[in-house]
Amino acid sequence: MHDGENIRIPIGPQHPALKEPTSFSLALEGERILQAGVRLGYNHRGIEKACEERTYIQDLYLVERICGICSHSHATCFCMAVEEIAGTELPKRAAYIRTLVAELERVHSHLLWLGVAGHEIGFDTLLMYTWRDRETVMDLLAALTGNRVNYGINTFGGVRRDVSPEQKAALLKGMDLLEERTKYYISVASEEPTLIERLSGVGTLSHADAVRVGAVGPTARASDVKRDTRKDDPYAAYGEMPFSVITSDHCDVYGRTLVRVGELMESYNMIRWLVNNLPEGPIAVKFPRRVPAGECFMRYEAPRGEDVHYVRANGTDKPERVKVRAPTLANVQAVAHMLKDGYLADMPIVVAAIDPCFSCTDRLIAMADPHSLQPGVLTWEQVRQHGIEWYRRRGVDFTRLNRTFKCGEGG
Amino acid sequence: MAEEQAILEELTAKFPLLKDKVRVQRVRRLFAQVPSDDVREVFGYLVREMNFPILCTITGLDEGATLGVIYHLARESGIVLNLATSVPKERPALGTVTDYFPAADAYERELVDLLGFQVQGLPAGPRYPLPDDWPAGECPLRKDWKKGARLEPEGGKES
Repeated sequence: MHDGENIRIPIGPQHPALKEPTSFSLALEGERILQAGVRLGYNHRGIEKACEERTYIQDLYLVERICGICSHSHATCFCMAVEEIAGTELPKRAAYIRTLVAELERVHSHLLWLGVAGHEIGFDTLLMYTWRDRETVMDLLAALTGNRVNYGINTFGGVRRDVSPEQKAALLKGMDLLEERTKYYISVASEEPTLIERLSGVGTLSHADAVRVGAVGPTARASDVKRDTRKDDPYAAYGEMPFSVITSDHCDVYGRTLVRVGELMESYNMIRWLVNNLPEGPIAVKFPRRVPAGECFMRYEAPRGEDVHYVRANGTDKPERVKVRAPTLANVQAVAHMLKDGYLADMPIVVAAIDPCFSCTDRLIAMADPHSLQPGVLTWEQVRQHGIEWYRRRGVDFTRLNRTFKCGEGG
Repeated sequence: MAEEQAILEELTAKFPLLKDKVRVQRVRRLFAQVPSDDVREVFGYLVREMNFPILCTITGLDEGATLGVIYHLARESGIVLNLATSVPKERPALGTVTDYFPAADAYERELVDLLGFQVQGLPAGPRYPLPDDWPAGECPLRKDWKKGARLEPEGGKES
């Protein structure tokens, strides 16, 4: 489209760079972006309306499915809001287990992001490394909750599964492995000149602009805005746990990388602290089916930033109103600002740098058996083996590499 | 809860009409109900004079005869003041707050699309979150709007 002197090109809603439908309209002068417009809403599924027509416990499973990556964030935020209206006192052990899953979720989300960021700048080795390491935390989540995503650990008044001594040991071992790997990524991020050059000065958002447009999460913290709901408005076990808020004054995609890698290191320490200080006691208390009339506004620091839920109860078993604002919506204005005056070729990494949300696959994959052509279900281990065999038949042997990684000596 | 109490006292001292309309629900949470004619003035005072630099979101509600709106304002210290008001359903007009918070743009478009608010002063832009061919006057978050209501896109069905 021609817009006076400038070229205006639409990108999306479906396009190769992003996995989620969003439409951008960019006004260009040569390769430079003069103005960026964003059109959202392609993923609107009417979940808030659907919540009003279902019971609280049905809603809990529905809100967990708002997002595939930060599913625990929405479920916990909603749970805490409803519990506050009902006046339920959460057992301490339950609060700690919720926090534990929350930090594991942050670890898997940030590792996923690091891989996507690597991919968007053509550094696919980083994608392969981080996503391989991410399997460690996915396995821990699966062992703890039964699921790789959509954990279903929450219920009103507590959590649904306890943590066993064996799981505690596995968690500590997993954190040691991930910490070692993350130290390697930190050295890559601080020493690898191509990475530093590619990300520095790209998608800049000054401190003043980040505050003005209301950016949240790592996007804000990378512009030196020291806001973190876990610290400012503590919930679950965050009020009792020692941790630091990671910020950076780079104000660009490089800063957002440093913040997320730094937050990974904080999360490992938090997970260790939670495992070592897990209080004894019940994991859930009885919760009424009908929730008394009332209202609550709850904030939660999701991996992508502040997630907020407002719940109004009317005394029945269904809520009167459920309002959700996910972090990406708060960061949309920031993206439009970051794209402005940048280059068209930087657009994928700039958009990816706020870590927009998209769905994730499940643990069991239903697929046709290649030999019998009968539909069947493969376990995760079988899928792994299938992949290794598939490559071996074509002359690439990953067996040794896979074994090395499992012993925690990969690299 | 000294900070919460101080906010309550400062707000009711400045706006006597808010007497008994502000409550501290728990630590870091206040709720205030304001007449719709005064909401912009109270909102502006909170942002400019009382150090509420964060707008978490805006919630719209169908309250039967009226439509409700809640501005969730926050301080850096974590305190949230939920500023609520109600407008008549026949004329659900509100003033924009995008002059204070540019990011309120998406929140206000949501009020327009899902509940049928008229937000005065909202800059022109794409609608959010409903599709461009969504029929006028269909507000899905109104209580009398039922799912499965037959919706024909404007200009008829594409063949």
